[in-house]
Formats: sequence, structure tokens, C-alpha cells
Amino acid sequence: MSGKIATRKSFGMALADFGEKYKDVVCFDADLSKSTMSILFAKKYPGRFFEMGIQEANMIGCAAGMSFMGKIPFICSFGAFLTGRFDQIRMSIGYANANVKLIGTHCGVAIGEDGHSQMGLEDIALMRSIPNMVVLQPADDKECREMVEWAINHQGPVYLRLTRQELPQFNMDKFIPGIFPQLKMGEKMAFLATGGMLEAALNAAEGLAKKGTGKNPAVFNANLAKPLADNFMMNLADKYETLVVFEDHTVMGGTGSAIAEWVSQNAKIPRRVIRYGVNDSFGESGTPEALLDKHGLTATKIENYFS
Amino acid sequence: MNNNLFVQWADQTPQIRKNILQMIAKAQSGHPGGSLSCVEIIYTLMAPNGVMKYNPKKPLERERDRFVLSKGHACPTLYAVLSAVGHDISQDELMSLRQLGSRLQGHPDRARLPYVEASTGSLGQGASIAQGIAMSYKLDSLNHRVFALLGDGEMQEGQIWEVALSAPHQKLDNLTLILDYNKGQIDGPTNKVLSLDPLTDKWRSFGWEVSEVNGHSYSELYTALSKKSPRPQMVIAHTIKGRGVSFMEGNTDWHGRAPNVKELELALQEVAANRQIGLSN
Repeated sequence: MSGKIATRKSFGMALADFGEKYKDVVCFDADLSKSTMSILFAKKYPGRFFEMGIQEANMIGCAAGMSFMGKIPFICSFGAFLTGRFDQIRMSIGYANANVKLIGTHCGVAIGEDGHSQMGLEDIALMRSIPNMVVLQPADDKECREMVEWAINHQGPVYLRLTRQELPQFNMDKFIPGIFPQLKMGEKMAFLATGGMLEAALNAAEGLAKKGTGKNPAVFNANLAKPLADNFMMNLADKYETLVVFEDHTVMGGTGSAIAEWVSQNAKIPRRVIRYGVNDSFGESGTPEALLDKHGLTATKIENYFS
Repeated sequence: MNNNLFVQWADQTPQIRKNILQMIAKAQSGHPGGSLSCVEIIYTLMAPNGVMKYNPKKPLERERDRFVLSKGHACPTLYAVLSAVGHDISQDELMSLRQLGSRLQGHPDRARLPYVEASTGSLGQGASIAQGIAMSYKLDSLNHRVFALLGDGEMQEGQIWEVALSAPHQKLDNLTLILDYNKGQIDGPTNKVLSLDPLTDKWRSFGWEVSEVNGHSYSELYTALSKKSPRPQMVIAHTIKGRGVSFMEGNTDWHGRAPNVKELELALQEVAANRQIGLSN
């Protein structure tokens, strides 16, 4: 497939497809099925879709209960609303190691005009603090589809962080948990970009290399915040002096923090990790372009920052 | 016929109360008040020839009636009843309550003890989990029932009212919630902390079949919990916090404190002497 597609839509299409093969998959939504795209599953398997109304907490508990019966529930809402029910996720899903897949859409400032209340900006920080939870963030359609099938087959809770905005296709290697696909070779510096940030980081790295800034960053798709794979991370920390993690998420506790924590604790040689994201501030209304620009999350801003 | 059954149950109950008190005393922490108030409720469900259809010899069989203890702090009662009805929880293990490494955590943990259906203790969540199990049985066209026991303090949680709204909409005639209405919570009497009344009217208006019973009467509990209805059911069981130990009864100070050696001795004497509680009307 070519052309741009939002990962929320990739998710909806993938779940509708995999519903055929995996009969235990069921899906819940809390009155946002047209936005999370769970409606694609709902239309195909109405008996296995549960419209819960605007009851995220109850949806989380019901999904946990269903998972104890052998079902594989996917629960969908905006990442902000879903992970905002932190205690329900912590207790009913995390502590019980319930086989529930959490789908958080509309993550990051790139959702635009709806403003802060609808933006998932702390979701990774919250989810990765829960033992048992796997935290994934696809960067394009193919990867999202692979992650959905991986999540179906993984026993335990998974949080999948998705975008509202459309993303290009990158033709990356198949998803293997803990291995970040590499998109550009480089030296000394590695750009580790997450989800919707991958295109901007890649363009910025290519720009820096072309313009003779003396910098030629390698670029990886940091598609997983937890659990990081020790071998892969060790190779990364061995090879690059500076790791820069880009995310449309607060820098407090996000993927950048996860990588900084790993490197500071485990790298054989001290390495610098730069967390490049939303700097401990709330979101607001604006066009996606204006908001990304304000937070420095565009190729131009990234290029300027490292020039 | 049932009267004989209830006499047998009432005969078993002092041992359950004794275990609860000893477990909490041994751990020197726990919740005797709300544990003693729900003994008859949980035993009516799980006792031999009780309301729930399940095989204690195959406790993890997928298809069976299920019970969720949403008021997780009353888990000593659940553990003691599970042990009494034949699950592999020995007397020794009962006394490991709240100790490091024990399957019998201070609040139920299904990852360690699979006989508890849900990990509870953060109030309000067990009701939703029970709803999800009931939905799953409906999805698979299986006729098993799901029960969940709530506390009256717990009913102040918003999530309970999400279930109140949702379960009738989902047409869950296989779901029964039971309220252990012992009228007390940590900070004092429930009607002083945050009143629930008029409780029956509230649940009825949400579309539930509501019964009110004496929560210490086996015959009343058995009748109400055996009842079938086209709607989800709420059984409001009027109980006494600390039931069976005179100095604990109705006293919210005993919500979350363990008896000392002397208090335990007095309490054990009282529960051993009283085989009539479940036969009250």
C-alpha cells in the first residue's frame, strides 16, 4: 500500500481482518468507535463488539473479566481518556496480568484543534510504570498491522499508542519486539524517533548530512518503550555517542526517559541521551502544523536545533 | 428439607468465623468487621448444595458459576470459605494470611491464587469484572451465573454506578450483585460519611431486580440468591459489622484492626458458642 494513513485507521483495518482468524478477539469502545476506527471491527463482527457508552472505567473492568474467560479483548478510546483511568488499568488489568490490549488513539499535540483535554501526552509514562505492560508505538501502517497481530498472540496486557494524523509508509523490517528498525545509516549520533515523529526526524537527519553540518545521524524507529531489549540497547549505546529520542509526548517519563534510564544504568561508556519532545507543558488548540512547530517537532526545527 | 441444610451450614459457620479471627490475629492486621458481616452471604453461595453451581474438585473449570469479591478487604472470609468447601487451602496456609510469599494476600490476587476471580482491593472494580464475565457467558450462550459482593462504602464509588447503568442495558440476567450492607466504613457510619439511601429505589429505577434480606439468615439469602429474573439482580443484604463477636458488632473501630491475644480469646469463645446466627430471621 502506498500513500499516507493514520495508525488508528491501520489498527481498525487490521483488527477487522484478524477477527476472522482469531475468533477469541473481542472489541470494546466507549463512544468513540468512529474516531478510534474500532467501527471497522464492529461492522464486521457486531456480536463481538461492545459499545460501552462513555464508561472507560467500566469498560476496562468488563474487558478484564472477559479476558479471564479466555477472550482477547481490545479496548479502544483516546489515549488520554483510557490511560486517565490509571487505577483501573493498574489493578484490573496490570496486577491481574489480564490479557487485555489497550488501544490509545489521538496521541500527541498533532491531534490539533481539540486541544489539551483530548491529547494523549502522558500515556506512555503512565503505562510503562505498570509491571506486565508492553508499550508499543507503530510508525506506519504495515508496522501497526504487525503489532496488532503480535498483541493478539502475546499473553498479557499491551498498550498500543496511535496517531490521529496520517503517516507515510517507510517499508521497514518486520516488527520484532525490542529491535528498532533502522531507516538511515550514520555515525556518532542516533536519532530514535517514535510514531508520528519518524518522518520529521528522518528528514532532519538527511538535511543535516547534506548540509555539511558535520553531523550525520543514524535514524531508528523506536517503536517500543517497554520492555527494552538489553542486547539491542547495548549495541546502540556501544555504537553511538549521542542518542536523541523524539516523541510527541511529554519528556517526563516517555520513551526518551525509558532509554535514558537504560543507558545511564547499563551503558559501558557514559553516553548522552537527549529527550526531545513536549517539554513538561500542556497542549492547546491550534492546527497540527502550528502545534508541532511550536513544540519543535518538525524537520526544520529539529535540523536547526542540531545545526 | 432446606431447613436441615441451613442447620448444617449454621453448624459449619462458627469454624469459619474462628478461622477468620485467628488469621487476622496472626497477621496482626486485617478487617474483621467487614469480614464477619459477610460470612453467611459467601457461604450461602459456595457451601455444599449452595446457590452456586460449580465443582469444588474442578475449581478452575471454565464453565461454572463464578463469584467476585469486589470488597476485597473481606478476603479472610473468602479464603476461609474456599478452604472449608474443599479447595486446596490448608489450615496452615490460612494462617499465612498477609505473610511474605503467601498466596493469601491482604487483598485478593488472582495471579497468585487462581480461585479468586479478580484482583480486588481498589473499590468499585470487581463489579465491572463480574459484569465482563457475565457478558462473556452471554457471548458464548452459556447459562452460568455470576455473583459479586460489594461493600456499602464501596457503593460510593462512581464505577459501581457505571455498572448500575450498563448491566441492564446489556440485558445481563445472569449477573447478581450483593450488597453487604453493614452500615459502617472506616471513617464511621455509612449514613454519616456519605448516605446511600434510598438504595432500593435507586437500583430499581436503574432497571435492576432488587431484593432486601437479612444478610445473616441462610433461608432468606438462599431464597433471594436462587431467584431467577429477566433482569440483573441486586440483593441488599442487611448485615451487622463484626457479626458474632459482641464487642465488635456495629463498631466501626473494628473495620480495620486486629484483635490482641485477650480479645481473640474472648472472640473465639463467643463464636464457638453461637451456632444460631445463620438461622436468624
